[in-house]
Amino acid sequence: MTDQERTPDTDAPDNDVVLTSRARIARNVAGIPFVHRADEVQRKQAIERVLPSLNPSTCSEETEWFDLESITALQRRVLFEKNLISRQHADLRGPRGVAVARDGNLSMMVNEEDHVRMHAIAPGLQPGKCFERVRQLDKSAEQKIEWAFHQRWGYQTACPTNSGTGVRFSAMLHLPALRLTRELEKVRQAAKDLHLAVRGYYGEGSESSGHFYQVSNQVTLGCSEQELLDRFMKTIVPGIVNYERSARQALLRRDQIAIEDRVQRDLAILRSARVIKVDEAMRRLSTIRLGVCLDLVQDVPLDRLNRLFQQIQSGQLQQTAARSLTPPESQAARATLLREQLAGQ
Amino acid sequence: MKCDQCDRPAIVHQVIISNGTHRETHLCELHAAEAGVPNPSKQPVHQLLAKVAQKPKPTGLATCPGCGATLAKIRKTSLFGCPQCYDIFEEAAGIMIESAQAGATRHVGRVPGGAESDEARRHESRRLVEELDRAVHAEQYERAAELKSRLSQLDNQHPHADREES
Repeated sequence: MTDQERTPDTDAPDNDVVLTSRARIARNVAGIPFVHRADEVQRKQAIERVLPSLNPSTCSEETEWFDLESITALQRRVLFEKNLISRQHADLRGPRGVAVARDGNLSMMVNEEDHVRMHAIAPGLQPGKCFERVRQLDKSAEQKIEWAFHQRWGYQTACPTNSGTGVRFSAMLHLPALRLTRELEKVRQAAKDLHLAVRGYYGEGSESSGHFYQVSNQVTLGCSEQELLDRFMKTIVPGIVNYERSARQALLRRDQIAIEDRVQRDLAILRSARVIKVDEAMRRLSTIRLGVCLDLVQDVPLDRLNRLFQQIQSGQLQQTAARSLTPPESQAARATLLREQLAGQ
Repeated sequence: MKCDQCDRPAIVHQVIISNGTHRETHLCELHAAEAGVPNPSKQPVHQLLAKVAQKPKPTGLATCPGCGATLAKIRKTSLFGCPQCYDIFEEAAGIMIESAQAGATRHVGRVPGGAESDEARRHESRRLVEELDRAVHAEQYERAAELKSRLSQLDNQHPHADREES
């Protein structure tokens, strides 16, 4: 899998605010304790029951299996930075792994919090496309695996927050204008009232980085999958997207020259810096992204910027360098990458 | 009832079963004290309450036979240990799930091996009708039209469509 294969679609809907959409399905194998209560033998059993479902002859996807116990810490980190596994899955111990589709937009984590977490990602606001993909994977998996299912509570999961459909939709939203206009707290409050979770760029337990916020449905029970998708797709996310767009226009109307100045300064810094830490790079890239979406920057393609948010992470810099890098080396490699990618055309 | 040893009223009653024989003793306060039998009425209230509190609550099994998890552990971690926990700790599990799921009380949606079950479809139909009523009252006609179209799609589904995708 290469980064080129994961290039976000330039025509993806609402990609000025929505970086990516995701859908995930949580499932557990019947007859085996959930991961945190399962011993090593039982965790291996879960893997053995799941792996045949990935056979290319019956599976909806062609995947590559990564045994997280046997690969290096750097490889696990890169998988995490590419959103193919969670931080928890990378850090856990014991038998566990992930199957990754060729295009890098779909993965099946085995033995994370649940035995199976299927998860698809797409650029812009396309949760339906993601759901279709994970649903097909779920359908082909259940030809081989009996999932734990309860007549009343639906698909059984370790955490009661995932019971029922086990389906969660999320969108990674870029909200720099709401942050600048200090309106973000209203979004958080509204999200809470609508039973939505708001997380940072790196997922559960993380703070915002680069003004990215991951919004997802908290309720997975009592609604059909289609209903959950409709609410998310037609009501929840468009509301936030329009709010951010209004805030961007308000910023422009109030003081366009100040916004332009900020964007151009950040662009100039990233075009000339020799060392830079990841937080600073994320913050400045975020301002540039705002500038690109407002047509204040013409010579940096949005897709390239979107890729940079991932490429500047330490694990991926080390993978590119094919060796481990000290923090100062990482900062220098990051600055070099940014200068190359953002060079004026 | 009188004391076995005098005419005073008996306030301590003992039943002793030993080697298959059954023996009852009824003593007044004085003779009970002489015999060294504790008088329950003289026990401090907090001791009695403590005994009641120590009694295990009749809530079924203390540990799940499927995974060995206790209810206390499940509550502490907010994680069930295995699928069986859902039934073993039925009442507590229901409370946990409903509170995590904004009050939802049952699964609606896909079931293994098919699309949506008949029961789920009926439930979904009822829910859509209720939502349609609310949308009409709120004069949200666009939403109402969308709900109406979903209702007719649902009604048109042949029962055998269970095995197909919804």
